Amino acid sequence: MSNEHHDLAIVGAGPAGMAAAVTAAELGLDTVVLDEQQAPGGQIYRNIEALERGGHIEKLGDDYRRGAELAGALRASTATYCPGSVVWQTSPDGRIGLTGPDGARMVHARRILLATGAMERPVPIPGWTLPGVMGVGAAQTLFKASDIVPNVPVVIAGSGPLIYLVALQLARAGCTIAALLVTTPASRIASALKELPRALLAGRNLLKGVGWVQEVRRLGIPLANGVSGLRIDGKDRAEGISYEADGSRHRLAAGLVLLHEGVIPDNQLSLSTRCQQIWDAAQLCWRPATDEWGATSEERIAIAGDGAGILGALAAENLGRLAALDTAFRLDCIDQAERDRRARPERAALARHKRIRPLLDRLFQPAAESLLPTDPDTIICRCEEVTVAQMREAVHLGGEDPNRAKIFTRCGMGPCQGRMCGPTVASLIAHETGRTMAAVGTYRIRVPVRPIPLMTLAGLIGEEEGLPPGESTL
Amino acid sequence: MSITDTDAIVIGGGLHGTSTAMHLALKGMRPIVIEKNSVGRHASGVNAGGVRQLLRDPAEIPLSMAAMDRWLDLESLLGRYAAMCEFVGHIGQVAVAETEADMRKLEARAAEIRALGWNHEELVDRQELRRLLPAVADHCIGGLVSRRDGQATPYLTSQAFRLRAIELGVRFVEGVRVTGLEHGTRWRVLTTDSIFTSEILINCGGAWAWQTASLVGETLPRGYFAATMMVTGRMPSFVDPVVIGTGRQLSFKQTSTGTVVIGGGILGIADLTKETADPVAERMRVSAETCSILFPIMRRATIVRAWAGLEARMPDQIPVIGPSQTAPNMWHAFGFSGHGFQLSTIVGSLLADLIVDGRSPLPLDAFRPSRFSEAISGVG
Repeated sequence: MSNEHHDLAIVGAGPAGMAAAVTAAELGLDTVVLDEQQAPGGQIYRNIEALERGGHIEKLGDDYRRGAELAGALRASTATYCPGSVVWQTSPDGRIGLTGPDGARMVHARRILLATGAMERPVPIPGWTLPGVMGVGAAQTLFKASDIVPNVPVVIAGSGPLIYLVALQLARAGCTIAALLVTTPASRIASALKELPRALLAGRNLLKGVGWVQEVRRLGIPLANGVSGLRIDGKDRAEGISYEADGSRHRLAAGLVLLHEGVIPDNQLSLSTRCQQIWDAAQLCWRPATDEWGATSEERIAIAGDGAGILGALAAENLGRLAALDTAFRLDCIDQAERDRRARPERAALARHKRIRPLLDRLFQPAAESLLPTDPDTIICRCEEVTVAQMREAVHLGGEDPNRAKIFTRCGMGPCQGRMCGPTVASLIAHETGRTMAAVGTYRIRVPVRPIPLMTLAGLIGEEEGLPPGESTL
Repeated sequence: MSITDTDAIVIGGGLHGTSTAMHLALKGMRPIVIEKNSVGRHASGVNAGGVRQLLRDPAEIPLSMAAMDRWLDLESLLGRYAAMCEFVGHIGQVAVAETEADMRKLEARAAEIRALGWNHEELVDRQELRRLLPAVADHCIGGLVSRRDGQATPYLTSQAFRLRAIELGVRFVEGVRVTGLEHGTRWRVLTTDSIFTSEILINCGGAWAWQTASLVGETLPRGYFAATMMVTGRMPSFVDPVVIGTGRQLSFKQTSTGTVVIGGGILGIADLTKETADPVAERMRVSAETCSILFPIMRRATIVRAWAGLEARMPDQIPVIGPSQTAPNMWHAFGFSGHGFQLSTIVGSLLADLIVDGRSPLPLDAFRPSRFSEAISGVG
C-alpha cells in the first residue's frame, strides 16, 4: 500500500488554518487539514457551525460570525478536512504522524503549516492544581462546545481581556460570578497609556474592551483591581481564594476558581520539529522564529497564527493566507510577483490588527507571581507533582537547563511533556542561576507529542520511505 | 588564549569518560574532562538503563562480572551519590523463549558459556519463567536468566558519577569542543574555549571518538547508530526483571514509578553532525506489537514519549579499550555498541590501572584498538 502524500498539510483548523487552507486549495495545492476537533473553528470559533445552525451565535457575540464564514469557505474548498485527527509528530522531512478516527497513520507533505494556535499560560499559584480550579479559557471551551455553565459561585482571577469577556458570557448564561479579581497593577495602567495613541487606531477593538469592563460594572459583578498574593485553599478541592488588595488580606468562598494570565503560543509541535525558538520579552513567552511569510528555521515547516506569537484571531487569518501564498510560490504554483501582489492586502490588514498589540502586551503582562512562583510547596508540574522547592534543589545539583532539571525531578516527563510546566521551570532556573530566559532555553519535546495508545501505534499505517537507515557502519 | 596545565585530560563526558576521570582522581591525578555538550547528553544519559550480564560477548564477561560487584556496592564507588542512580540489583534479566527454536538457541548459549567456566546464565522452564514473570503471555515456554542483573536510571547515574568525580577533584569543562591535538613533550589540546595541556590524554568520545582519533592520524571504526526507546505512562506493577526477546528484538523493563521503558534494536535517525537522534514511528510499530504479544497487559499501555541516543557501534560489537596505535600517552575507551552502561563501573577503573600502573587486573586484549588494522592486513 502506498503512503498518503499531499502538497500542504495544515495542522489545526482555527482562523489561521482555515484561511490558509482556503487560499492554498484555491491556488491549486493538494491540501489536507488535520484537526484535533470534530468540526472547524479552533479554540476561538469552537463548535461554530453547530452554533450557527442553532441560531446561537449571538450568545457569544457578533464577532463570532467571522468564524462561521471561514468554516463555510473551508467546507466549500477542495481542501480535505480531517476532523478528530490528533497530530503527535511533525518531522523536518515532511512526515506527520497522527491518530484519526480510523487509527494511526503517517502522512507525507511537501510542506507543513503548523496552525496550532495558543494555549492558556499556566498560573502556578498555591492551590492551582486542586479540583475546582481551571483556566478561564477551558471554562469558555466547555461553554462553547457543550453549553456547560457552572452551577456554583465562580471566582475569576487574573488579567487580560478574556476574563471580562468570559465573566460576561457566563453571567449572561445565568451563572453567579462571586468576584472578578484583576491582577493588573494600577501602576501598569499608567505606563500602558503610552501605547494608547497607536492603539486608538485599532478603534473598534479597543472600544470593545472598554465596553466589556463597563458591562461587568453594570451587571454588578464584584470587581477588585490590583490584587496580588492569590492563594487557593481547600483540602480535596477548591473551597476559597484569598488575596491582597488595598493593603489587607481578603478571603472569598468559591466553588469554582477560574484563572487566567493570558495566552502563549502552543509551540509543542514546532519545538519537537526543532524549529528555532526565541524568547519574546514583550509577551514573556517562547515562540518559534518566523519570517514575514511564516517560514521557520526548518525548510519544510511554516507556522501561522497565534502559534508563532500572540496577535489574535483576525491577524491569524492574514498570517494563514500569507503562509499559503508562500507555500504556493515555493511549490511552483504561482510566481513571486503574484505571491507578493496577493500578499499586499493581507499585510495592510495585518498592520491594522497589530496596532493594539503593544497596549495589550503592556497592560495585560502576566502577574510576576504567576511567572515565578516563590512559595516552596507550590506544584509546578501537574503530571509528576513536582514543587518549587524540588526544582530549586535540582538546579543546584546541576539541572541548569530544563532538560537536565527534568531528569533530576521528572518535571515535564508526564503525559503533557512540559506543556504546563515548561515556562515556569525555565523562569525558576533563570532566577536561580542569574541567567536570561534565552540562555536557559526550553525543553526538548519528543514524539509522540500527544500520548498514543500502544495498540494504536502497533496498527500504524504507513511504510518507511526515503529515510536514512539509522545506522552507519563505515 | 589562556592555557590550563594538568596531568590528564579526558575527551568526552559520558559515563566512561567520567568514570575514567574519577578513577584517575582516586589515584591522585587531577583530570579535566572536556565535553562538547553537557555530561551524559547522549548514549550515557538516554540508554535503556539495563544493568545486564546476560548474553554478553564472552570477552566482556570478566569485566561484566567485576562491574556487577561494583554496582551491588555502589556506595563504595559513589559515596553519598550512590542512591541517585536508582539502581536495583538482583531483579534478574530474562531472555524469553516463545518457541522451541528460541529455546534451542538459549540452550546452546547456556552450554557455550558453561564450557567457558561461567554459570551466571541459567535456563528456566515454563513454570520458573512464570514465577519470574507472572504477566508473561501463555505461549512463552521458558527462558534464560541472569539473576544478579538489575536496572538503574541512566541520566541520574551519569550525574551521580559527575558529582562524585567533582568531589574527588575532577574538573568538568562543558560546552567546549576539541579542535586540535598536538603532542610535543606533553599533550596540547586546542578547544573552542582555551588551550589545555597534559601528560595523558584519554579519548572517550562515544559516537564521535573516531573523529578525535583522526586528529592524531589514527583510523578507527566510524560506526554509529541511534537506539530508540519509548516509555509508557504509569502502569500497575507487573514485572520486576528486565526482559529481552529471543526470536524477536525487544528489551523491556518497568521502572519504580510504574512506567515501562521499551527498547531493543529500534533504530532512529542518527545525525553525527547535527548531534541529533530522532525516533521513527514507522520503526517503533513492531516493538509496540511485540510488547503486546509477550505481555498482554501492555495492550492497555499508552506511549507518552520516545527518544533516541547516539552511540558508537564497532564491527565486532565490543568496545575499544587500550592505547592509541599512533600517539604516545593516549588511550581510548569507546565503541560500547549499545551495551556499555553496565560496564561503566569497571572500565574507567581498569583504564586508570593500565595508565598509572601499566597493567590492568582483568584481560583487555580483546578490546585492543589495533584489532581492526590487524584484520585488514590479515586479509591483504
